[in-house]
Amino acid sequence: MIETPHVDWFALAPELMLLGAAGFALMGAVLLPKENRRDFGALAAALGFAGGLVYAVVIYLHTPDVHSVISDSVHRDRFGAFAQVLVCGAGLLTVGVAYANRMRDQHVGEFYALLAAAGAGMCFLVTANNLMTLFLGLEWFSIALYILCAIDSELEGSLEAGLKYLIIGSFGSAVLLFGSALVYGATGELAFNRISDAISAQHLTGDALLVAGLAMIIVGLGFKASAAPFHMWTPDVYEGAPTPVTAFMSAATKVTALVVMLRVLQVAFPQEAHLWTIAVAAIACASLAVGNLAALTQRSVKRMLAYSSISHAGFMLIPISVDSELGGRALLFYLVPYAAMSIGAFAVVTARERELAAPVTLDNLAGMGWERPLLGISMGMFMFGFAGLPPTGGFVGKFYAFSAAYEHGWTWLVIVGVVATAVSLYYYLAVVRAMYMRPAAELQLSAVPVRGGAPPRDTLLQTSVTLALVVTVGTFFFVQPLIDVAKHAAGSLPF
Amino acid sequence: MGWLTTAMIVVPLAGALLVWVFPWDNFTAGAIALLIALAEVGLWIECLVRFDFDSAGLQLDQQTSWFSDLHVSYHVGMYGFSLWLVGLAVVVQAATIAYAFWAGRTGARAYFGLMLLLTAAIVGVFTAQDLLLFYVFWEAMLLPLYVLIGVWGGPGRLGATIKFVIYTMAGSLLMLAAVIVLGLSQGTFDLTASWQSSSDWLFLGFVAAFAVKAPLFPFHGWLPDAYRESPPEVSAVLSGVVSKAAIYGFIRIAITKFPEPTKDFRTVILVLAAIGLVYGSLLAFRAPDLRGVIAYSSLAQIGLITFGVFAANDLGLNGAVLQMVNHGLISAALFLLAGGIERRAATGEFARLGGMARGRPILATVLMTTGVIALAVPGSSAFAGEFAILAGVFSRGWGYAVVGAIAIVLAAMYMLRLISAVLHREPGPAVTPAALDLRPAELAAIVPLLACLLALSVWPAAITDRSFAGNRAGADVSRQLEASK
Repeated sequence: MIETPHVDWFALAPELMLLGAAGFALMGAVLLPKENRRDFGALAAALGFAGGLVYAVVIYLHTPDVHSVISDSVHRDRFGAFAQVLVCGAGLLTVGVAYANRMRDQHVGEFYALLAAAGAGMCFLVTANNLMTLFLGLEWFSIALYILCAIDSELEGSLEAGLKYLIIGSFGSAVLLFGSALVYGATGELAFNRISDAISAQHLTGDALLVAGLAMIIVGLGFKASAAPFHMWTPDVYEGAPTPVTAFMSAATKVTALVVMLRVLQVAFPQEAHLWTIAVAAIACASLAVGNLAALTQRSVKRMLAYSSISHAGFMLIPISVDSELGGRALLFYLVPYAAMSIGAFAVVTARERELAAPVTLDNLAGMGWERPLLGISMGMFMFGFAGLPPTGGFVGKFYAFSAAYEHGWTWLVIVGVVATAVSLYYYLAVVRAMYMRPAAELQLSAVPVRGGAPPRDTLLQTSVTLALVVTVGTFFFVQPLIDVAKHAAGSLPF
Repeated sequence: MGWLTTAMIVVPLAGALLVWVFPWDNFTAGAIALLIALAEVGLWIECLVRFDFDSAGLQLDQQTSWFSDLHVSYHVGMYGFSLWLVGLAVVVQAATIAYAFWAGRTGARAYFGLMLLLTAAIVGVFTAQDLLLFYVFWEAMLLPLYVLIGVWGGPGRLGATIKFVIYTMAGSLLMLAAVIVLGLSQGTFDLTASWQSSSDWLFLGFVAAFAVKAPLFPFHGWLPDAYRESPPEVSAVLSGVVSKAAIYGFIRIAITKFPEPTKDFRTVILVLAAIGLVYGSLLAFRAPDLRGVIAYSSLAQIGLITFGVFAANDLGLNGAVLQMVNHGLISAALFLLAGGIERRAATGEFARLGGMARGRPILATVLMTTGVIALAVPGSSAFAGEFAILAGVFSRGWGYAVVGAIAIVLAAMYMLRLISAVLHREPGPAVTPAALDLRPAELAAIVPLLACLLALSVWPAAITDRSFAGNRAGADVSRQLEASK
């Protein structure tokens, strides 16, 4: 007779909500007539994400202490709940962005089902507390994303993007799995907290097997966070995938990967901090260098944003690398405006793409600011936010990240970050320049492919962009409430 | 009384949103912006009335926590010298907005919204008493300027904005690093707390930002392009007010909070200022166009003001504050006049201008008056300011005073050259008889600036005696700023 562990269903509520939504969307794809599938799928996914968000908030409010539930395989804590709120929020905005996307209708139900499933996997992963659930969650959302990238088979590059992501992502997962195996081999434990106990008890600090395993786990998560030098897939996949999917990936995947990295490093390997702080800082510097320098020369806005997301992986690895409570707080704070800006920026790109029926480049962005005031101003604010200029949460996020680095005694890392920010201004402002400042002759470019006057008003997309804008600007003015929440969430980890 | 200071920041901000959100037509948008700019002047006069010039320390202040874990707060307030600079800012902003309202700008809602945003940011810089808040306002100045130049500027605007942004951001990001290090190591970001630092690196981080924005030689690479390509009223704000924000930073942060590094680097900065003073004057003398002369004369004047600031004694600092206000008013008036002349002749090149005095007596009178004050004729406010500065810097070495005196001669040369090239000689090919004299609306924008200058010429002590309590700045400037309320 196998003993079944007690299951705290409430701790799994966000995942279950999203899985349910995925199921409903799939049933709709089978049972409903063609013309209703889109509405039904979008509604199911939106309700799933909204429900998941509400449950995550409730879990946050009702979980002042950390519990390990379901035989220590899952952590129920504020840290995970915070990340779940972000993932579900990102998913909700993505549904709004994706709703009006042109897509072959027979796939639209599956699209929303996969989106909800990916969200469920991320919600599960951010609460993972042992190496098995870690890998399970990672594969769960990755597989959903592989298909999402390739789902628009009419879109040039979509299939290629899916395949690239599949191959390189699988490689990353394999490295992570190998690393997990080595760590298990060295310590004989799977649960994160017991790994740490075992390292103390068996004096394993610096053990070759353990260190190799740790390094491979960092590498595996680095692939998902698209940190250099594990970023090669990012530009191609971000460019090839349908833009709403890119929006979701750039926000939610990054949130998940970074949050999990912080949890694994802090809970399972606190004794090895002298090693991984340096390693993570090095990865951060590499990401800053690669992302910023490569973004300078891009003409395609999606590719530029892809490199920008690599450089932001670098910015957000800085607070992870410093191994402090302030760092945890800084990371969690930074993720909020980052996720909003990221989804918002890709949403604006989506809108422009629909308008032009062509990939968006800096050239055909010309004049957009004047034609679409709301989208233009929002995009401008997102770019200022990425560049860390006030009045956006991006500024406060960078301030906290650099403060954490300084508090750790790494003034050099502050300097690196500041230099990277200076470089990044050039390409972020290039977008503003393209939207508002191009001479009138160039504005003619944009008028060509629009058929039949102005494109239809896309209320849902504009709502998503507005919400993202509100979050981006709101996190600048209302720092205190958010930082309190982030503080409580970071308090769930043993710093 | 702190609400007055906050109101001076919030009113233009709210005005900007008001202009942006509702679909006003161009005229209404401009009228709203002008009304709000005038309301700002009114608020400032209210501040002036309530300000107690006899007591040291911060006045009209207000403080609220922004985020407490790193001890950052919204803290604003004014000292005597900040009060005068805020006054300069709101007067110049009202004049420039009035000018733009008259000149008419496409996309008026966006334009006037940005001008109001810029006003809020500038007032914020002059009143912020928290390092991070100061930095936020400092950066917030850049965004509207960037868009204003980039969208409404001349044909070379894209290059000009790139240069402008890269130069200023390189400086201000160094300042951000310094702000973080300083704030965290002191345990507070509050500027009124009594701490001082002796770190040369932090000092240089701040100086980098201020030196680029001012600009001091050799950080002036962005200046000619930005001043030439901007719309004239934006050039007026840039050289009239934004450059003063940098000098304000020197006084409020660099000298006050870094007394030892100030002493160590004084010679270097004074020498750079001297080079900028002579070099700028010479370039202004050789510049082929109106705006070139005004731009390079700004570089020279900033050098002179820096003399006064880093002399760091009573005479020097009081003179510097007076001269900041003088130069702000003069260069704003000159840029607006340049805008008016360029509208009439479609060019600012001296080779194509000339003879505009004939039949245009008002233009001739206004330009002449401004020019004469600019070249520091005895009896003018600029003379009082420059005299005080030179007397102050004399105590740091007679060489500086000699350089300053030479530069005053050079100033007379380039100003008179400008006046004669525009007003006298034969009428240039670009000057048609149809070009009108100054219109009443233009006068309404420029004459108030001149009136302020004339008032200061009569009574320069209004500023020199009321910038630092008891007219004693110099060695005890930092002690004064920290004195209890």
